[in-house]
Amino acid sequence: YGLKRGISNMIAKLAKTCTLRISPDKLNFILCDKLANGGVSMWCELEQENFFSEFQMEGVSAENNEIYLELTSENLSRALKTAQNARALKIKLTNKHFPCLTVSVELSSMSNSSRIATHDIPIKVIPRKLWKELQEPMVPDPDVSIYLPVLKTMKSVVEKMKNISSHLVIEANLDGELNLKIETELVCVTTHFKDLGNPPLASESTSQDRNPEHMAEVHIDIRKLLQFLAGQQVNPTKALCNIVTNKMVHFDLLHEDVSLQYFIPALS
Amino acid sequence: MKCLVTGGNVKVLGKAVHSLSRIGDELYLEPLEDGLSLRTVNSSRSAYACFLFAPLFFQHYQAATPGQDLLRCKILMKSFLSVFRSLAMLEKTVEKCCIALNGQSSRLVVQLHCKFGVRKTHNLSFQDCESLQAVFDPASCPHMLRAPARVLGEAVLPFPPSLAEVTLGIGRGRRVILRSYHEEEADSTVKAMVTEVCLGEEDFQQLQAQEGAAITFCLKEFRGLLSFAESANLNLSIHFDAPGRPAIFTIKDSLLDGDFVLATLSETDSYSQDLGSLERHRPVPQLQAHSTPHPDDFANDDIDSYMIAMETTIGNEGSRVLPSISLSPGPQPPQSPGPASEEEDEAEPSTVPGTPPPKKFRSLFFGSILAPVGSPHGPSPVLAEDSEGEG
Repeated sequence: YGLKRGISNMIAKLAKTCTLRISPDKLNFILCDKLANGGVSMWCELEQENFFSEFQMEGVSAENNEIYLELTSENLSRALKTAQNARALKIKLTNKHFPCLTVSVELSSMSNSSRIATHDIPIKVIPRKLWKELQEPMVPDPDVSIYLPVLKTMKSVVEKMKNISSHLVIEANLDGELNLKIETELVCVTTHFKDLGNPPLASESTSQDRNPEHMAEVHIDIRKLLQFLAGQQVNPTKALCNIVTNKMVHFDLLHEDVSLQYFIPALS
Repeated sequence: MKCLVTGGNVKVLGKAVHSLSRIGDELYLEPLEDGLSLRTVNSSRSAYACFLFAPLFFQHYQAATPGQDLLRCKILMKSFLSVFRSLAMLEKTVEKCCIALNGQSSRLVVQLHCKFGVRKTHNLSFQDCESLQAVFDPASCPHMLRAPARVLGEAVLPFPPSLAEVTLGIGRGRRVILRSYHEEEADSTVKAMVTEVCLGEEDFQQLQAQEGAAITFCLKEFRGLLSFAESANLNLSIHFDAPGRPAIFTIKDSLLDGDFVLATLSETDSYSQDLGSLERHRPVPQLQAHSTPHPDDFANDDIDSYMIAMETTIGNEGSRVLPSISLSPGPQPPQSPGPASEEEDEAEPSTVPGTPPPKKFRSLFFGSILAPVGSPHGPSPVLAEDSEGEG
């Protein structure tokens, strides 16, 4: 339970409004790279069977057995907060004066009386013609792939850096080194993280060409990085960072059963 | 007037001031024979709050120096609150609190005797004032409910802290329902989340109200009394009448009385019907920990061809991961005829039973100068500012 609420809290910090995609076997929270988000996109996925004892859905049609809903993430996280000490939780799509996702929580109480809290979260059903913009983003071949340091540490470093500069360079190499650099007229600050480890490379050829100490770098908006880090309350089971030089940085996290991918584009 | 508060009661007094500060900006302090009364009213006169501390609450209580009239005064809430601002500090370091009204210097002197011999003296200037008296009679309200404050506190938790108004009503099966209230804006694109909490009759020590009775009042103002009542572990009673008539919230124990009178939204009948009709749309959820939902539950609420239902149970079941139960599909909702109609298929909102009129909290109080000083009479809640003045 705590995990489900943890996810919605995280999503609420990352995106004010997001799309919830429901398909027979999984749930996705999606933020697509519209201008409104500053080019940032997010894809979060969880398998429904890890969370629900019953799951029933019917999409638009048999071939398109999916539902796309747009909602305010904070509403969902507040609704799930109620479920913290609940006996049972039920979520369904309803229409009471306006389409909404109804989260119905049976609260535990001292007596045997049943106490029920219901949250009707207003949603917008997204028509099928817009679905193609909400597909899982393609993950390009990264130049460098590296495991991230403790996110809390990264966050406190970036928070301080934000006061000095509005953009930052994130660079890493295949030798387990990651640097965060900011530079202004007056000052240059670099934080070095070492011995992080790199996951095994996908293709052999790239590893032979590359000097392992060579840094792949990308210049990004510091606030976007901070927003991402601020959403991570708990240290993930796995955290990976993929850098495509001068194009983007891709964060790939796994929190127990939930996978989260976050893409920040390079500043032009 | 002179009084002395000691020990844990200092914090109780502080908490009461915090509660009152949620309502009004001015505090009326009036020592009476049966205790010290602290009252306030909000600027729109739609909320009144009063705490009466019995003489036994104090280690020493003297309403007036012999030979003198009872003084009463009005002080800035902010100033008085600043003395009691940090409840933690009050609890940890303050041993005694002495309050004295000095008519000659026009000062309210509050002295906190703290640990280590530290003494903090606050000299607050006050204004003479007329007595703030709201006349109200809980016995004249046909509906009443009483529950431990803790129960109401838990019931209010799911609501966002920023929510201004809430509707309290009795639904089918004598269930008590609290629902967030939002002013209807016809063409606002961003709808607010609606939260509803449903409690059973068993949670209440007393429930005397008809089904369908409902009132809407300011949640923020109510929270002021609720948090005090919770910390003092008291029962809270709510007396109410028809929408538009003030609702009276009371707490009582041997040492103090608290009364909050809040205006309620004045609506036509369509409003209380709203609560009832929504009940009819949604089948009363018979949620037991392990029951499978009836297919009907979902069919009623489908948005056209979309349907999702996810349910999870915890606790006794042990591990969170349960074998997925495949339900036999309930009644098939109609398939949408084609792509063209989908975009329009955003479900049409069902008809709202009459748009409520624009919100108006009728002022509770009519400034009547004719009501005499002294014993309140008549059930109509009228604020009478006494025509005779001063202290």
